[in-house]
Amino acid sequence: MSVPHVLLALLSEGPKYGLQLREEFEAGTGEVWPLNVGQVYKTLGRLERDGLAESDGTGQDGPQKRFRITPRGEEALAAWLRTPPDLTSPPRDELVMKVLVAARVPGTDAHEVIQAHRVYLLELMQQWTRLKEGEARDDLSLALVVDAELFRLDAVIRWLDAAEVRLARAAAEPPRPSSPAAPVPQLRRLGARR
Amino acid sequence: MSCPEPGGAGHSSVSVLELRDVSKTYGQEPDIVHALAGVDLSVRAGEMVAVMGPSGSGKSTLLTIAGSLEDPTSGEVRVCGMALAGMPRSRQARLRRRVIGYVFQDFNLLPGLTAAENAALPLELDGVGVPKARAAGLAALAALGVADRAGRFPDQLSGGERQRVAIARAVVGDRRLLLADEPSGALDSVNAAEVMRLLHEACQRGVAAVVVTHDAQLAAWADRIVLLRDGRMTGHTTRPPGPESLLMPGEIR
Repeated sequence: MSVPHVLLALLSEGPKYGLQLREEFEAGTGEVWPLNVGQVYKTLGRLERDGLAESDGTGQDGPQKRFRITPRGEEALAAWLRTPPDLTSPPRDELVMKVLVAARVPGTDAHEVIQAHRVYLLELMQQWTRLKEGEARDDLSLALVVDAELFRLDAVIRWLDAAEVRLARAAAEPPRPSSPAAPVPQLRRLGARR
Repeated sequence: MSCPEPGGAGHSSVSVLELRDVSKTYGQEPDIVHALAGVDLSVRAGEMVAVMGPSGSGKSTLLTIAGSLEDPTSGEVRVCGMALAGMPRSRQARLRRRVIGYVFQDFNLLPGLTAAENAALPLELDGVGVPKARAAGLAALAALGVADRAGRFPDQLSGGERQRVAIARAVVGDRRLLLADEPSGALDSVNAAEVMRLLHEACQRGVAAVVVTHDAQLAAWADRIVLLRDGRMTGHTTRPPGPESLLMPGEIR
């Protein structure tokens, strides 16, 4: 989540005051991500220092100060938009960990663990969907944020489904002797980077 | 044929569909298949229930039994309080026509009929006079936002419009129970969500619905999600709280 670049994006529409930027940031992200005003001024200070934004104020931080984007700021914004975020290293997902661990803790029914997570995720999805049904109907930003969250939760549920099938299959089949298959050095290297 | 009035006061406490300890087996020992095993499900007027599960979990069997298209091997099915077991076939058929609406994956609109004629069809088959049936059909199309497509044939409609007509046909008249099997078929995700929104709106007008789907994003439209596995109910969501708890969860970094 890059607050500086979102502020630059808002400034690219025209000069704005700090409080206005905070309001527009929250409205523009469907009000799902709150932002405190101190953080706004701190970020604006850094943007100014780096020459990406400039103000017409007296040097004193406050509501009277109006900010505008500089040509360098516009370049930085355009570059940020087109640079994919680093997704090479799989995040250490707590849910994945729990299922991996559940599969090896004696006396633990991994299916029961999976089911509990599945029900919780579905309930979360129901809540997001209520949001989509209501407020997000007329709020494009919120609709996009809600969709992103629904797709993310959906992916986790699909992973749980797949994990359940794999675990059932592994329980039904005796473990095969490990074969000298091709190693996966690529993945290991990427994972080791963090 | 009595049934709780949709939209009536306190309609949410009335059970439109009730399955009690329902089992269904196919074939004979030793090749017997337990499609459903001891399933209990109660759906109230105004409520939308999604049934999720992997293929072969019994989702579709549950739907055909709820719709009286198949009899359970054991257990009880009640629609609008009436037990289906022991009901003469002709009465079951009348119940199907008058009280239950179906939405299919592939829409199943009749190509030779206009949208209005398709929507009015269940009533006409039930012996309702043509003018009255057509008026009800048009009202159903209007409720789904496709009144201006009334005179078009299915092949002149977009996929989303076709599914709206199919839903109109399922709720036409005063149907109380809507049964849908993967109702968004091959629609893209935005249009599929629109279908679920329309089904949920129909429920808010007092219809009870059971929607079978393998898609969590579609199931999430329901008031309650029931999970099936190997013919058994393995879990369900509890009524979710409002969405307010999701907003402003904390400061971001």
